[in-house]
Amino acid sequence: MSKVVKIFHGPQHPGITGNMSVELDLIGETIVKAKTHVGYLHRAFEKLIERRTAMQAFTIVCRICVPEPDPNEENFARAIEELTGLEVPERAKWIRVLVLELSRLAAYHLWMGGQAGSTGLYTVPQWAVGYRDYILDLFEELTGGRVYHMYIIPGGVRRDLPTGFLDKVSEVMDFIESKLPEFDRLFFDNAVFKKRAIGTAVIDPETAIERGVVGPPLRACGIASDVRRDAPYEVYDKLDFDVITETGGDVYARALVRRREMEQSIKIIRQIIKYIPDGPYRTKIPYPMNWKLKAGETYVKTESARGEFGYYMVTDGSEYIRRMNVRGPAYVHGVSLLEDMLEGAQLADVAMIMNSLGTCPPEIER
Amino acid sequence: MGWGIDLKGIVSPFTALKYLGKHPHTVRYPYEKKKTAKRYRGFHINDLEKCVGCGNCAKICMNETIDMVKVEGIEPKKGDSGLRPKVDYGRCCWCALCVDVCPTGSLKLSTEYVYVDEDPNSFLYIPGLERKEYEEKVGWTCETELDSLLDLERVPMKIMPPEERVKTFAEAVYGYTVEEAKREAERCTGCGVCISACPDRMHIPDYIKAIRDGQFDESVRIIYDNNPLPEMCGKVCTRRCEFNCIMTHRAGQDNAIAIRWLKRFACEQFESYEEVLNLEPQPLNGKKVAIVGGGPSGLTVAYYLRLKGYETVIFEEMPKAGGMTMAGIPKYRFPIPSLDKQLNHIKSVGVEIRENTKVVKGEPKSSNEVSFEKLKEEFDAVYLGIGLTQPMKLGVEGEDLEGSIQALPLLRAVNFGEKINVGQKAVVIGGGNVAMDCVRVLRRFGVDVTLSYRRREVDMPADHEEIHEAKEEGVVFRTQTIPVEIIGDENGKVKAIKIQRAEMQPDPKGGRPRPVPIEGAYEVWECDNVIAAIGQKADYSFLPDEIVEKLDLQWGKIPVNERGMTKVEGIFAGGDAVNWTADAISAIADGLKAVKGIDEYLSKK
Repeated sequence: MSKVVKIFHGPQHPGITGNMSVELDLIGETIVKAKTHVGYLHRAFEKLIERRTAMQAFTIVCRICVPEPDPNEENFARAIEELTGLEVPERAKWIRVLVLELSRLAAYHLWMGGQAGSTGLYTVPQWAVGYRDYILDLFEELTGGRVYHMYIIPGGVRRDLPTGFLDKVSEVMDFIESKLPEFDRLFFDNAVFKKRAIGTAVIDPETAIERGVVGPPLRACGIASDVRRDAPYEVYDKLDFDVITETGGDVYARALVRRREMEQSIKIIRQIIKYIPDGPYRTKIPYPMNWKLKAGETYVKTESARGEFGYYMVTDGSEYIRRMNVRGPAYVHGVSLLEDMLEGAQLADVAMIMNSLGTCPPEIER
Repeated sequence: MGWGIDLKGIVSPFTALKYLGKHPHTVRYPYEKKKTAKRYRGFHINDLEKCVGCGNCAKICMNETIDMVKVEGIEPKKGDSGLRPKVDYGRCCWCALCVDVCPTGSLKLSTEYVYVDEDPNSFLYIPGLERKEYEEKVGWTCETELDSLLDLERVPMKIMPPEERVKTFAEAVYGYTVEEAKREAERCTGCGVCISACPDRMHIPDYIKAIRDGQFDESVRIIYDNNPLPEMCGKVCTRRCEFNCIMTHRAGQDNAIAIRWLKRFACEQFESYEEVLNLEPQPLNGKKVAIVGGGPSGLTVAYYLRLKGYETVIFEEMPKAGGMTMAGIPKYRFPIPSLDKQLNHIKSVGVEIRENTKVVKGEPKSSNEVSFEKLKEEFDAVYLGIGLTQPMKLGVEGEDLEGSIQALPLLRAVNFGEKINVGQKAVVIGGGNVAMDCVRVLRRFGVDVTLSYRRREVDMPADHEEIHEAKEEGVVFRTQTIPVEIIGDENGKVKAIKIQRAEMQPDPKGGRPRPVPIEGAYEVWECDNVIAAIGQKADYSFLPDEIVEKLDLQWGKIPVNERGMTKVEGIFAGGDAVNWTADAISAIADGLKAVKGIDEYLSKK
């Protein structure tokens, strides 16, 4: 006779991404039912934004995702620009894409650490987080902050590139690229990881479409969907890159998509270094506290490291944003899909599956 | 995939062993410290001398990190609130928006970001006063115009081209359109530092905000709270507010918020003010106040006292009230319809203006005269808003020749549409606004004008815009020239003026440099007219001698107390004859002071 044991996985658990918990019904090591509990990180971002002028609100949005704040900033700025009809200078667009791709690389490094750590491979996090710091150094030099950059503002970016910055970016890219094969040997080819990841938490293409899966988990089912290519924003239509797909639909396929996308990011950054135009980096906006935002509504989206990241914004002609809704990929991946994926999985795989789906509680709760 | 052996997958991870014994690539804290980037956003630093306490930083901070507090040793003054930011590091999110909206560039962030202390209160501090050690480690700054979140460029004002201007007395400045005014109003951060510079303490940020919100009637109501001549101020005010606008620190004088033009804009939106203001004066309380002189200060006193229920009568010597704004300021700057609009409103609340009525001492000699003694007797209080009406003389030989005239009578004649008698060439002496009005008026009569001033152009008290526009209109400026003698021809008419060039020498007492005549450097300029515009003084001849004595004049000005009362009970005074700034807005301020004083005085009586 099997006895059902109920345990809480998180919210204080090193393998959990962010602060959320999963209530698991176990028979032995096998999960029979999983229930997600979110809300530990609720900071009412969407509500706070309604009480602030656009420029004040911009300092909040980066906090919606700690590992990768820049898609939030870019989304927010672009939504305001679309509503107010603000033109962004060409150089600013290139700088924005540079920032977005650097941030994708940094986010993938952090993911690598998390994915490997949750599989019990503890050397990878040491390396990945260490190398990520070289990218954070770049951010620090460009934006004045390592984690919260607060750099992309409506109208452009806050400051121009510092002198010699692109050379440094180039050096870091060479370094990061040189380390990728080492990650292959240590992690992606690792028999332990393959053993545990292949065939685990499989999403078939039909389910993926039905459930609204986006980003690497969707591409890992063989569906070539990427906002950068499907609805190009900023200057992505001028850049050459591939949309990576895999066919397995499992944890391993998702890992490979991300691994191969890092190469694409490096490729994009190198093109930016080569082709970035000169010019102003910002269009002047009215004094932020007096800036009346033209009434309207819009939906903008970016391809973040976890997939399509959307902002729906409504303005009513005042200085304040009437309503803003964040549609993060984790909302889909991290709640109902995760519950389904965990059913029948092993207790030891919970953290690994969460990581592979790109769960990020702050954007579920925003 | 089964349980087949993945040899490569088992062996390859061991390649990581090659890093055994190698130095880590991370910083080995605490033996090594990370070097922060040049732009780092760390703790605040503030240059207390440069900071003007505008509070933009506190206003934009969404975390309410910054409080504006009083700092010992820093006193409020014109263009400086005297407050300085105090930062709470329990709240700061290091976004640096405060730096990007700082108008002076005094606020910066340092590269320092570690602070450990057991006292929680030490996490609140005033940058610049405490933790001075951070000042050497400058991080995030806001240097270029594009870095700044302030809108530093003024919406340009359209103005008639100079070649058109010299042909007409039509108004030269066209005024803002609705869209332009809103855009200009949007630039204002509402800090209110300008208020301290306005003699009348007008509610500048409030009426600009109303314009921004499209509530032009509300704007006019706010303006009328303490200024009954706003359209005049909107056109010709000396605008001390703009010279103290925080925008000037970064963007220069010409990019201050166009406070004057915005006020003008709000007022120009309405044909008359009665409906907008919809005022109901208090019923008459039986007390009467006589006002001598219908200039800005007299009109102010009459208007606000009437609203309070006093019967007010203005005695104006000229055919029209307005004082110097009517008689002195040329019509291309301040047209008569604008003045009429304001006078009509003042009359509409019940103020009586007796034009062409001169106040005299002793018995009146005609029906146009009224005796001062009688006024004193009939009215409960008397206000003197007499202004400066007597032009000063050059004090050189030949000043009595025909063709040697004074600026004020000339301007007055032109403004009242009288015929003037000037020749082809004129020399105007002086460097103030009256001199500028004079040269520009003469250019409109086709006269060849040379302006002679004894100091340099930068020393001229005239408005820099007036100087610029006078030059555009073709006035020849000859600075550092001192008139020595006016030369007449055989008929007793002006033929030429002899001047002596001067050089500037530093004042031994540390004042502004003084012009010292260069020996033998004489020049003779041929001209038909010499016009002195070197200042004016008050005329007290209408007052009985004992009252003049009691007034205890100081350097020709009437001393008053903080309520506008002179040393004679029941006689109040204000305007150019009282203050040293001698402009319309100061006169209005004096008037308001006297309104309080008279109200208080008569309430007790």
